[in-house]
Amino acid sequence: MTQFLVLLIYGLSEGAILALAALGFVLIYKATGVINFAQGEFLLIGAYTFYTAFVIFQLPILIALLVGVVVAVVVGVLVERLILRPMVGQSHISIIMVTIGLAAVLSSIVQMFFGTQPRAMPNLFPTGSVEILNGSIPANRLWTLLVAAVVLTLLTVFFQKSKHGIAMRSVADDEQAAMTVGISVRRIFAMSWGLAAVSALIAGVLLADLTTVEMGIVNFGLLVFPVVILGGLDSVPGTIVGGLTIGLVTQFTAGYLDPGLAGVAPYIVLVLVLLVRPYGIFGEKRIERV
Amino acid sequence: MSAQTVTAGQRPGSPQAQSLLSVNNIEVIYDDVILVLRGLSLDVPEGKIVALLGSNGAGKSTTLKAVSGLLPSEQGEVSSGSIIFDGQDITKMDAAERVKQGLSLCMEGRHVFPHLTIAENLQAGAYTQRSSNEQLDFVYEFFPQLAAIRSRTAGFLSGGEQQMLAIGRALMARPKLLMLDEPSLGLAPLLVEETFETIARLNAETGLTVLVVEQNAKVALKVAHHGYIMEQGRIMLEESADALAENPDVKEFYLGMTADGQGKKSYRDVKHYKRRKRWL
Repeated sequence: MTQFLVLLIYGLSEGAILALAALGFVLIYKATGVINFAQGEFLLIGAYTFYTAFVIFQLPILIALLVGVVVAVVVGVLVERLILRPMVGQSHISIIMVTIGLAAVLSSIVQMFFGTQPRAMPNLFPTGSVEILNGSIPANRLWTLLVAAVVLTLLTVFFQKSKHGIAMRSVADDEQAAMTVGISVRRIFAMSWGLAAVSALIAGVLLADLTTVEMGIVNFGLLVFPVVILGGLDSVPGTIVGGLTIGLVTQFTAGYLDPGLAGVAPYIVLVLVLLVRPYGIFGEKRIERV
Repeated sequence: MSAQTVTAGQRPGSPQAQSLLSVNNIEVIYDDVILVLRGLSLDVPEGKIVALLGSNGAGKSTTLKAVSGLLPSEQGEVSSGSIIFDGQDITKMDAAERVKQGLSLCMEGRHVFPHLTIAENLQAGAYTQRSSNEQLDFVYEFFPQLAAIRSRTAGFLSGGEQQMLAIGRALMARPKLLMLDEPSLGLAPLLVEETFETIARLNAETGLTVLVVEQNAKVALKVAHHGYIMEQGRIMLEESADALAENPDVKEFYLGMTADGQGKKSYRDVKHYKRRKRWL
């Protein structure tokens, strides 16, 4: 029971970070139709930007976070403006190749400045542990879970209720019709990339706090694929459920079966989902009136 | 001013320039090679309903896309001529900006946002507006059926409900000119009548100016004040709606009646039809 509880919290906290990372991916896919293979690199850039501001420049944490957000938005918008917009109308494969190239470029830039050595970051959350049902749960895991949950909720509410959230969903539904109601599709595209980069930043920082600031963050970013395939490529609630599920699957596999298998487990899920339910649990079925 | 006084020769700057929209001799080219509109001109006077009629491929939809700025998204462009709306040259204006200026388009085939609810569709329609509550009340009052089912997903609505929603969504932007592209498309005859009654009511109650593109000339001419007939990218005929409805050629080619007003056309007349139509 104790082990179960610990694994549960570990799984949920990592799953929530995954959900944040994947949400950015889904935002871009939904609004612009681009499959962004550089989402992991956005996590990387987010983590290193925050590290630079917080550790190297010794800025207060909130200012460092603000710097991170600004850099993330700028990078996201620039990528959209300079790299993806000229690709509008090109085939899916070309666009995928471009984002793969972008991933290589972004991670090389980070490596150029920071090298490959992992860097330690001072703890962002209180350390120590909380006793729940005789199990001791690290407090920072609970904090991570809390922060991720708050950000996910904010993003979901933004998407469901706010004017710009509705505009983003309109563009995802029907670009031309969105233009006829006065929505600037270009601005929505830029907004999606900016927002995706910000959610990746938060995921990157939370992840770096649990582990270290290192290039390995990219591998974590790769896990967004099992998450979005499981949740459905274009569903926000699906992404959150998918993220938590993949986080739990990884931790329970590591705890109960074999830690070596844990790294593969998400991809086994990926293959199974593709076989059984290719549009994911919550994937939007196209509405066709008869 | 009677609709008949508006003539194709009238341009802004001329003494009678009370048109809300005037399209002056525009040419539209798709993909740099396909010339779709060849010097088209039309005027929409303020407070009137104007019908733009014509057969398939005449360029009616292209005209509306040119006016609403949707051509760039389809590799089309207005290569010459000008479009003046409310005293402002909008020929090169961004589509989103035109909506802000008061130009709304209801696209052919309704194009509601299928995964959004009715309420969200209307909210999206008010994107250019600072506050939407007042307009939302107006739309719900105008279409009580929509108000009753406002949390339903738009994709699952019936065709008639979607048409109402599409018009309601366009109204959310507080347009000065509402353009409708084939509102009758895919609707049952009764719903077509209802849609055009709605348009007439909007015009009568709020003074909204309307430009409607239709293939169903009969129902369109019933509510319109003025009509234009297009053939192959040009305006071929323009008159008051009543005069058009009485015009023997229009009767024959668009209203499906024989010249003497009796019975249906037969295949014997096809040759004659072709010859007359070329002239038209």
